[in-house]
Amino acid sequence: MRAVDTTTMALQAIARNKMRSFLTTLGIIIGVASVVAMVHLGQSATRSVTETIADIGSNLLFVMPGTSQRGPGGIRTTAEPFDRDDVMAIREHVPGILVAPAVTTSATVVYGNANQTIRVEGTTNAYFTVRNHPVARGRQFEDSELRAGAAVCIIGPTVVEDIYLGAEPLGTTLRVGRTACRVIGVLEAKGESMGQDRDQIVLMPIKAVQRRLIGNLDVQALYVSALVDGSTQRVKRDIEFLLRQRRPGSADSEDDFYVRDTQDIADALERTTQTLTALLGAIAAVSLLVGGIGIMNIMLVSVTERTREIGIRLAIGARGRDVLTQFLVEAIVLATIGGAIGLGLGLGGSWLAIEQLDMPFAVSAGVLLLGFSFSVVIGVTFGFFPARKAARLNPIDALRHE
Amino acid sequence: MSTEPAANTTNAPAILQMRGIFKIYGTGSAEVRALNGIDLTIRSGEFVAVMGPSGSGKSTCMNILGCLDVPSTGHYLFGGVDVGKLNRDELALLRRHYMGFVFQSFNLLPRVSAIDNVQLPLVYEGIKPAQRRARATEALHAVGLADRAAATPNQLSGGQQQRVAIARALVTRPPLLLADEPTGNLDTATAQEIMAIITGIRRERGVTIVMVTHEADIAAYAERALYFVDGALVRDGEPREVLA
Repeated sequence: MRAVDTTTMALQAIARNKMRSFLTTLGIIIGVASVVAMVHLGQSATRSVTETIADIGSNLLFVMPGTSQRGPGGIRTTAEPFDRDDVMAIREHVPGILVAPAVTTSATVVYGNANQTIRVEGTTNAYFTVRNHPVARGRQFEDSELRAGAAVCIIGPTVVEDIYLGAEPLGTTLRVGRTACRVIGVLEAKGESMGQDRDQIVLMPIKAVQRRLIGNLDVQALYVSALVDGSTQRVKRDIEFLLRQRRPGSADSEDDFYVRDTQDIADALERTTQTLTALLGAIAAVSLLVGGIGIMNIMLVSVTERTREIGIRLAIGARGRDVLTQFLVEAIVLATIGGAIGLGLGLGGSWLAIEQLDMPFAVSAGVLLLGFSFSVVIGVTFGFFPARKAARLNPIDALRHE
Repeated sequence: MSTEPAANTTNAPAILQMRGIFKIYGTGSAEVRALNGIDLTIRSGEFVAVMGPSGSGKSTCMNILGCLDVPSTGHYLFGGVDVGKLNRDELALLRRHYMGFVFQSFNLLPRVSAIDNVQLPLVYEGIKPAQRRARATEALHAVGLADRAAATPNQLSGGQQQRVAIARALVTRPPLLLADEPTGNLDTATAQEIMAIITGIRRERGVTIVMVTHEADIAAYAERALYFVDGALVRDGEPREVLA
């Protein structure tokens, strides 16, 4: 029997029973579609996280007081804060870095009739580089303003929107807490990152926030950027070494500060999304398996229903293997068609979902290939038993079957 | 009522031989002997009617002759070859190349056109489509149905369906035609038409025909009749004598 004829025969049998064929493939369609969609969603989430991290600033290190252990109460911050000398020492002894000391508080910001309580951060001009968040309009702080802790501020685009309602903020006076600040600049729009609107912020010289808003000279955090790519690990070690010497609280076994690398955060998040992708993929794979069992069920029913047809074929000279091939090819064709439809649906569905979630979409050829070949394998595997059952029928019993 | 001079088959070689064939279903007290020791020789070119009441074993005998069923014991020789020594695939090839089947219930594939039904055995033989179609068309022409080639079985009358089945049985040009009550589902006039086609084909091609029937006027087309009772072959001779 020629392969062309076997295939034609299978296609004709499928076309003669459109409803049954559709129901048979439904499981495969759903299975492949969910595998493709889930993996694409997962990969897209991973990519989105990676892009977000890159946007925060690469080669960035956060240096915070406290231990990095997280417990039910969050990060413990009972440790001593840093001070101005710590900043000076790091600048002096750790080469190839840019340091932006920072203090953060929140204050009520008022302009005209609008007011809102938002995050106020005191820092230096290094901040714009280190945090990858440059001034879009206006200017950075002047040295004299930094030295004196002048009442000037640079605001994020969200503040312009919410407080100024779109009016021109440069040159106006914004009340931050009890301090009247002159607005000298507007930050570039960065959007949301990890659940925080980076544009809803007021930046002031660090001394202004320390003296006017907080009332002490503590430095709460250091943002450090390694100037040479790939040197973050060295910089991290150097800072740790230096701070251990400078901070008596670290003399014991445990550091009372921690240095966290954006790469660490990126890795952790990536691991999380990858685990999620694998999990979703596994669930989808189970549904593909169930789809395969569906094919087997309907093929078994089909063999019983077509017993007489098989009898006729055997009587006119079909060998067992001819019947086996016919049913096997039918199963494979069904699975292949189902796989192709599933790929289309999965791609379309994940594209829609990813567009809605505003994440980057990219077709993963590997997943498509895997999903498709898996559906063919399922066709062969689950088509085999019904096909063998058909091939082993006794001609006269099959012919007499009603 | 065949008025044609009967082919002289007395010296022809034996095409089918049964030696001590038993077919037994069940065991012990439930044992049923469908065939109870059959010895039989059919020569090449003979037209044999197999007769007997229901349950007499005539159909079982027919199924064993057609290699659709296997005997419990005994030897069945087809053209001198012991069929009992052949495996399933070899039996399939034997059916494919040497036998054509016509059934009471036609047994055409539903929803498949007449010509596709007829060329199905050629598909299994691996013959190319163009040649296949030509031979199938020729076979349909021989049974007078060339104009209904595209019709599916449910668009054809019983007589037409049986003619398609005959075309399918003969498309591989087998030396043996096995017909199991070919006119059983047809009215008298149509039955006569079918028998006319069968005898006409025999005249042209000289095929050996074994036909199960329980109607005397159908059996009368044959030159030899076998009469079965309770799994035994009780009479063997000319139809008139056997049915007397």
